[in-house]
Amino acid sequence: MIAQQSTLRHYETPLLKTHFHPRTEALNKLWSWGNWGGYTTVVSFDDVAMEHSAIRNSASVYDLCPMIKYRIEGPDAADYLNRLTIRDASKLSVGGVHYTAWVNDAGHLLDDGTLFRLASDRYRICCQERHLPWLLDSAHGFDVAITEETEDIAALSLQGPTSAEILRRAGFDIDGLKPFRMAEFPLGKGHLMISRTGFTGDLGYELWTSPDQALALWDLLFDAGRLHGLRPIGSDALNIARLEAGFIITGYDFTPADICVREDRLRSPLEMGLGWLIDWKKGHFTGKAALKRQHERGSDWSFVGIEIDGNVPADGAILYHDQKHEAGVITGACWSPVLKKNIALAQVRTKYAKAENLWAEIYALRELHYAKMMMRARLVERPFFAPDRRRATPPGRF
Amino acid sequence: MPSFDAIIIGAGPNGLAAAHRLASKGQKVLVVEAAGTPGGGAGLSHLSYNLDPRAEKAMGLAAHGLEWLTTNLATTALCADGNHLRLEGPVGLRLSGDIAERDRRGWETLRARLLRFAAVLSPLNQFAPPRIAKGVGNPMGKLAMVALRARMLGAKDIRELGRIILTNVHDLLDDELSDPRLKGALAFDATLGGWLGPRSPNSVLPWLVRLSGQTAGKQGALGLPRGGMAALGAAMARSSEAQGVTLRCNARVARIVVDGERAIGVTLASGEEIRAARIVSCTAPKTTLLDLVGPRHLDAGLTTRARHQKSRGGAAKLDLTLKALPDFRGANLRDRLILSGSEHDVERAFNPVKYGRVPDRPGLEIVIPTSRDPRSDSKHHLSAIAQFAPHAPADREAARAQMLAACLMQLETHSPGIGALVESAELLMPYDIEDRYGLPGGQWHAGELSVEQMLFLRPLPGIAQYQGPIPGLWLASAGCHPGGGVSGSAGWNAALAMEAAE
Repeated sequence: MIAQQSTLRHYETPLLKTHFHPRTEALNKLWSWGNWGGYTTVVSFDDVAMEHSAIRNSASVYDLCPMIKYRIEGPDAADYLNRLTIRDASKLSVGGVHYTAWVNDAGHLLDDGTLFRLASDRYRICCQERHLPWLLDSAHGFDVAITEETEDIAALSLQGPTSAEILRRAGFDIDGLKPFRMAEFPLGKGHLMISRTGFTGDLGYELWTSPDQALALWDLLFDAGRLHGLRPIGSDALNIARLEAGFIITGYDFTPADICVREDRLRSPLEMGLGWLIDWKKGHFTGKAALKRQHERGSDWSFVGIEIDGNVPADGAILYHDQKHEAGVITGACWSPVLKKNIALAQVRTKYAKAENLWAEIYALRELHYAKMMMRARLVERPFFAPDRRRATPPGRF
Repeated sequence: MPSFDAIIIGAGPNGLAAAHRLASKGQKVLVVEAAGTPGGGAGLSHLSYNLDPRAEKAMGLAAHGLEWLTTNLATTALCADGNHLRLEGPVGLRLSGDIAERDRRGWETLRARLLRFAAVLSPLNQFAPPRIAKGVGNPMGKLAMVALRARMLGAKDIRELGRIILTNVHDLLDDELSDPRLKGALAFDATLGGWLGPRSPNSVLPWLVRLSGQTAGKQGALGLPRGGMAALGAAMARSSEAQGVTLRCNARVARIVVDGERAIGVTLASGEEIRAARIVSCTAPKTTLLDLVGPRHLDAGLTTRARHQKSRGGAAKLDLTLKALPDFRGANLRDRLILSGSEHDVERAFNPVKYGRVPDRPGLEIVIPTSRDPRSDSKHHLSAIAQFAPHAPADREAARAQMLAACLMQLETHSPGIGALVESAELLMPYDIEDRYGLPGGQWHAGELSVEQMLFLRPLPGIAQYQGPIPGLWLASAGCHPGGGVSGSAGWNAALAMEAAE
């Protein structure tokens, strides 16, 4: 994303660099990089536990640049998004943000994401996967223009109890900003859009600016956050926080329908615990008829949060009912440092979605040999962790 | 305002067949037609090859004015030097003319085999395509009968069917025949109304579908009604009205009204809104979905598939008024005349069309109805289907003029002096046909009849059983299974499907 694209020979640089790369590179003590959507991103800067601790006890900065962003604008933008997504986009007021998802004709999930209403006729979708062909196909018959703007925006996620205070110290008056609202501020020769959103379930903000302001923004935050425990984090720490918050990730917790090969792996919003997003009354949207049929018939799969005995993360573990019958699979798991519990998200067959006698079969590699454990798994409500500070307005001065 | 159980959009053969069937079951049916007279696509064609026997019988078309001038029209394959080849009886049962014994026998064998194969497929024309899923109420008995009849062909024939079914007409003919006149006429006939040349892959199956049709109980026979095919449309309209169907012409549907995700009526171009529990669209599926219903009421994937449905017309319609009967070097003018040249000429006529250009020597299927049924002013009418013609040339006016000149040149070559007899000429290019008949791309079958758009893939996967994508909407045009021609089969099948859904 650094201004090198036009001269870049892609085959010499399989992974691109984000607008913040000069800073993340300098701080990445472990040199631990991962591929996120074709970009070089930090897995962990130095210590995952400390990075996670920053999210929950001070503040953290996460480079959001590889998040896919589309701008949707035109007189039919609201109608278009209402046909595209399962939630009512016309109810979203200007300056508002909501979480939403979209499905194919069969009602199978393509992706979830956040929808920002920038103006009455202009929106932005942020999501995990690339969907331009689907978005363009969906635009037939609508007066809208769709622009892929992933590269045009430098974005950071500032999350944690002291995040609001850091923004104040950086000169941004965010006291009146409620959750899922956004506001615009001047920044250098450009501007900064701050939305009170995030992927941690904590008090936090996402910051959106033009690439030329990226490094200045980074430096401004770290100057302001010097005494408030601000720390850059990588995707490992974020993953723990999002599991605690009970959030799903496309491609991890379900396979998006457009790349899914196995028919029995396709999942609907109803099966992924996203049924609450569906607005049955807003009129037609893509996949509605199929979802309605599934809603009436009942779905085969359900998505649940579980707590597991012991302290060994149960990533990928198979769930059994009565230690005998396969009941589902764990799609994300961690030891939660905040809860001091072993938590997980799982796809389970609906008939076991309220079952008591569930077990997780965990294989833990211990000095070259697997220790096999059958651990008790209890269904619990999501989110696992939801502190009141995430919603308080004005946000607390931590 | 009168209320109706069903509104049928389009008074073509399918609309009228569906209307008649529904009305005969006690439904109150309104047919709305954009044109001033009923008949729809029937008026576009000039011969009958696949009128649905169920509709013909139940509608009592003979009693409503359908009179056949012939139900077994012979074909003459024209040769510029007068060495014509005549094919008499259904699909050239008897060949006469200067032809080698080897070709005569070769054709006899090939013809019998093709008709056997087509006969196995023909029952499929009479019910909704099966769905590729379990427990969805497929007509297993009927499907088993088709399978059984296929099995009864014997191992040798089954192997041969498997060998040729996805191959091309040129290779198939090349295997058995050598006479370029015969191969040319057959290649032309096989590709009539399609957007493919004899060498295009999968061109055999559409030919078999064509051969599965019948006239007066004779498979493959061609029929010529008195007054032309428009008279067949008119007879269907009279029969429907006698059955209690209300027919409104000059009533173009602008929109299908969708409310609460259900089709509940139609809005006419005049602004008038009419409601009914069932809306049956007998206009092309592509037009129905994209223009009449509109993407806002449809899923995005379906909309994309409808946009991508192939609907390219490759045929133009030529009508000439002649001062006197022409002379095609002695050919019997009561026959259907095929002016196609060799199988390579047919392919050459298709080649430029692929690139939006006009061929130098298009093929022509000619009928001169006035040779059998003289007009009071003693003038003559030559009706021809000209192939191939581009559906989307860069310059429409220029392409039309060029195509007309090419057609007249072809006629002049085979009938010197015919140009002087021409009093008036009208040529409808595929885009003119689209404008006049509402067929997307000017495609005669309201969507190409090609292997990938047949059976449960017609018009589109998921909506191949006549039930539309939204409740209350039914699709019953030639763009649905089993396809085009002037048959009424899709309309009849759709009406049966509606009855079954109740």
